[in-house]
Amino acid sequence: MSDSQAAPAAGSLFGEGSLPFDIGWQKLMMWFFIITDALLFAGLLVSYGVVRVASSTWPDQNVAFDMNYITLMTFTLIASSWSMVCAVSASNAGNKKHISTFLWLTIFGGLSFLGMQVYEWSHFIHEGARLTSNPWGVPQFSASFFVITGFHGMHVTTGVIILLIVAIRSAKGKATAMGIENAGLYWHFVDLVWVFVFALFYLV
Amino acid sequence: MSEGHDDHGHGKQSFISKYIFSYDHKMIAKQYLTLVMFMAVVGGSLAMLVRLQLGWPGQHAQFWETLFPAGMAQGVMTPEFYVMLFTMHGTIMVFFVLSLGPVSGFGNFLIPLQVGARDMAFPFLNMMSFWTALPGAIIILISFFVEGGAAASGWTAYPPLSAIRSAIPGSAMGQTLWIVGMIFFIASFTMGGLNFVVTILNLRTKGLKMMRLPLTTWAQFLVGILGLLAFPALAAGSILLLFDRGLGTSFYLPAGIFIGDTLFPHSGGSPLLWQHLFWFLGHPEVYIIMLPALGFTSDIISTFTRRPIFGYRSMVYAIVAIAMLSFVVWGHHMFVSGMSPFLGTAFTMTTLCIAVPSAVKVFNWLATLWMAKIQFTTPMLFALGIVSFFVTGGLTGIFLGTNVVDIQLHDTYFVVAHFHFIMAGAGLFGLLAAVYYWFPKMFGRHMNERAGKVHFWFTFIAYYGVFFPMHYLGISGMMRRIYDPNTYDYLKPFQNVNTFISISAFILGLAQVIFLANYFWSMFKGKKVESENPWHANTLEWSTPIHPGHGNWPGDIPEVYRWPYDYQHPDEEGDHAPQWQPPAKVKAAK
Repeated sequence: MSDSQAAPAAGSLFGEGSLPFDIGWQKLMMWFFIITDALLFAGLLVSYGVVRVASSTWPDQNVAFDMNYITLMTFTLIASSWSMVCAVSASNAGNKKHISTFLWLTIFGGLSFLGMQVYEWSHFIHEGARLTSNPWGVPQFSASFFVITGFHGMHVTTGVIILLIVAIRSAKGKATAMGIENAGLYWHFVDLVWVFVFALFYLV
Repeated sequence: MSEGHDDHGHGKQSFISKYIFSYDHKMIAKQYLTLVMFMAVVGGSLAMLVRLQLGWPGQHAQFWETLFPAGMAQGVMTPEFYVMLFTMHGTIMVFFVLSLGPVSGFGNFLIPLQVGARDMAFPFLNMMSFWTALPGAIIILISFFVEGGAAASGWTAYPPLSAIRSAIPGSAMGQTLWIVGMIFFIASFTMGGLNFVVTILNLRTKGLKMMRLPLTTWAQFLVGILGLLAFPALAAGSILLLFDRGLGTSFYLPAGIFIGDTLFPHSGGSPLLWQHLFWFLGHPEVYIIMLPALGFTSDIISTFTRRPIFGYRSMVYAIVAIAMLSFVVWGHHMFVSGMSPFLGTAFTMTTLCIAVPSAVKVFNWLATLWMAKIQFTTPMLFALGIVSFFVTGGLTGIFLGTNVVDIQLHDTYFVVAHFHFIMAGAGLFGLLAAVYYWFPKMFGRHMNERAGKVHFWFTFIAYYGVFFPMHYLGISGMMRRIYDPNTYDYLKPFQNVNTFISISAFILGLAQVIFLANYFWSMFKGKKVESENPWHANTLEWSTPIHPGHGNWPGDIPEVYRWPYDYQHPDEEGDHAPQWQPPAKVKAAK
């Protein structure tokens, strides 16, 4: 159901009433979901901030991580947001071939990010990082790392699954413009969260 | 997307799709209310056991050993059993009765009916919401039967007690199940909240502007928003708590924790972090429980005084203000937890601000009641009970919200009295008022009025009998959650008061049997409703047939022409003009 159809003809089940912001309920619900999910990450990031401020020392991230590698991960994820924008724009233009190309490109970006994260985790664990301790300093450092990036990784995985469903439905001609746009909203949200994680956990 | 509406008016549904995995918001509401009723009986029974101990501490009665062989060995309650009782009483009542009842139960039932929608925006998500809440409730109930018993760290689950598995028996498996059950609850409530907010914004019928919504729906709208903004904090906190418990991290655990002879290897965490996360949810949660009750009260008072609610706009602004303020007051639960006095003063100021919109509501109700010809039906009596509790509990809130006074009163029975009036009392009476008021819409029958009134007077008087004396106990220094007050000499003189409270509590508990009997008897044998609008009310739910089917209105959805409080309008014939009634011909003639 696209935006223009959000107010269907009179007589249909949801035909009456005024629509705030002139969008359908699906998109509105996705926005509210994003707000509540963003607050979940806010809770985790604030908790990380509290234990970090409470700690007298904090490891130097440049020693624990290879920053070039993390930057590449960030770039991959942001690039997948760009291809998602192209997919949504193609779906609005009704260009079926481009929808599919850009959706699969986005999925590829997401999977690349997840693969890089798996490598990052295994490297980190190999060097001795555990939930309860790590070679660089206070245990909260590695604990926050695993909780926050793990939680974000789960969201990326969910996003990839959603995109796969949308891509398959789109190939069958079942996906709606609204469905693609909502999947896009979720994907951008997941990417935006990573920007916060990158800034607050790796850079600051 | 729109599946679930298709069967409107088509063919017969199977038993499973009609009663179990139903998409119909009215059936989901009934499922919720049935669950709530069961949980209320469990939670209430726990409170009775708590009062048994406090009324007659250490009393020996062999009979109890057969019921609770471990918790009441040799017929005397153990302290471990006692802490478990009040913990689970609080958890069950706050989340699984007072949140699920007025919000998930009546919110589901009323929102589509009052905004003029066929169903919730996303009926499948609505069904999932119930089928997530039910496992949550079952997990909480199962926790009574695991090794060490159910959680015993209070409904607030403060670490380290809740974070170290060997701290007390209840900190073992029971606490883990408590957290898992809460995560299920949060997921369910989030799904519900999404539906509430979107349905109210997007699915209003023609002519139903936001400022024409009944105050019940306004309250549910804000409750939905509060839930979406507040519960993520508890979800994040619970995840970290699970890590601390199961995987040895130290988010909440500082260095140097000794339990028995064991030094725990944690370091660097902050127990205060949990308190902040918990109360960032906890305070809005109080309003999640209370706002629907305030909405029900406004609508019921207006109906049974046959008058427009006084100051509709100020009522709306007041609940919006209460909802917004609820996010900046959480620190008043933590005045004695270690807080900068300057921050404490800031939280005191924001807390006292809440008194203003609350007073606006009370005075608007009083103005509506002033010189009115009041019809004292059972729902009206309960609505008046809410006003009474709201004033009693609201006034003590000012004491507790002021940091200098709170340092004396914190964690005493004064607090127990306060929140049992303002939150539990108003919430419970809201739930009961709503059941009596909307029962005809739910089942096409009336509840028995005489039994309802008996139920009201026993409940109301016994409620004051239980909780009013607690103010004195609290000021005298009787601490909350104490197993046996007689341990302290200065509390021994108050044993009579505690016995009186316990007897009142048993009367309060027994009075609810009248309600349960009335509810189930009336469901099958009650007086049949003769018209679709038995209370002659104005809101849109009363325009549906006596037994509304899936889809609510058999024909077109009615259009709305006016606000819901046109009682005794000078231009209209009769004493009320429902929302779906077009403006009077008089106007057309002009």
